[in-house]
Amino acid sequence: MKTAVVVFPGSNCDRDIAVALEQVTGTKPVMVWHRDATLPDDVSLVAIPGGFSYGDYLRSGAIAARSPIMRDVVDRAGKGLPVLGICNGFQVLTEAGLLPGALMRNAGLDFVCRDVALTVGETRSIFTTGYSAGETVRVPVAHHDGNYVADPETLDRIEGEGQVAFRYAERVNGSARDIAGLVNTAGNVLGMMPHPERRIEAAHGGDDGRRLFEGLLRAVA
Amino acid sequence: MKLTIHVTLKPGVLDPQGKAIEHALSGLGFSGVHGARVGKLIELDVDEGTSDADVEAMCRKLLANTVIENYRIARA
Repeated sequence: MKTAVVVFPGSNCDRDIAVALEQVTGTKPVMVWHRDATLPDDVSLVAIPGGFSYGDYLRSGAIAARSPIMRDVVDRAGKGLPVLGICNGFQVLTEAGLLPGALMRNAGLDFVCRDVALTVGETRSIFTTGYSAGETVRVPVAHHDGNYVADPETLDRIEGEGQVAFRYAERVNGSARDIAGLVNTAGNVLGMMPHPERRIEAAHGGDDGRRLFEGLLRAVA
Repeated sequence: MKLTIHVTLKPGVLDPQGKAIEHALSGLGFSGVHGARVGKLIELDVDEGTSDADVEAMCRKLLANTVIENYRIARA
C-alpha cells in the first residue's frame, strides 16, 4: 500500500509517522512538501503529522490548512481518499473544514505529555478495525491545544452519527464529551490528538498504536 | 489603508486563558473582576479601495475561525 505524509514547516512527527507506515505497509511513504500542488495519484492514504506547523501562528493548524497541498488533500478526501491527521494534523483537518469543531487551549493551560487511556468508540470505520468497540487502549498524548470544542448541536450530531472514534478514559484536556478523535460523516477522514505512531513496538511500551495502522492496512489494501 | 480586525471568542466558548487572567487579577487583590476574555487584534495595511466583501472574506477564510470566534472590522 502506497502512502503519503504531508510535511509543513514546523512538523515534527513526520518521521515518526513515516516509520510507522513503512513498518506496517512495507513501503516507504512519499513525503510531500506543503508547497507541492498535488499528492501522488496512486496513494491509498495520506497522513497529516503532528508538530507545530508555522509555529502555531494565528491558531494551531490555521496557516497549514491554507497551504497549497491542502487544496488537493481536501479535494481527494472528498473523493474518498483516507486521510489520517494526528495531533497538529487533527488541528489542520478541523481548520481545513474536513472535520467539525475546533481544538482550543487545554483546559488546565498545561502542555500535556503522557500516556493516556482511550476508549475505542462504537464507530466502525477503517481506522478502528484493529480494535474492539469499547476497548481501552493506552497511547501517548503531547499537546497544548487539544481541548475539543463544538456547539451542542454539532456534538449531538457527531455522537448521533457515530463519528467519535476515540474518547479519553480519564481527564486530559477538557475536551467536550471526552472526544479524543473523530471521523467525518463519510468515515474516510480521522483526526485524533493522541499519537498512535509513538506506540508501535515493545520498546515504546506497547503496540496499541500499531494496531490502528495494521487495521487500516487490512481495511484499505 | 489601515484596518483593525478584532477577533474575539464567541459567547459560551470557554476561555481557559481568560479564566487564568481573572484568577491572577483576583490574586493581586483586584476583587471587582468578574470575567476576562482573551482575543486578538490584527492590524492590516491594504490597498486603498479594498472592498468590504474582500475584507470579510479575509476574516472568514483565515483571520477568524468562525466555529469559535467572532470578528469585527474597524477602519482606522
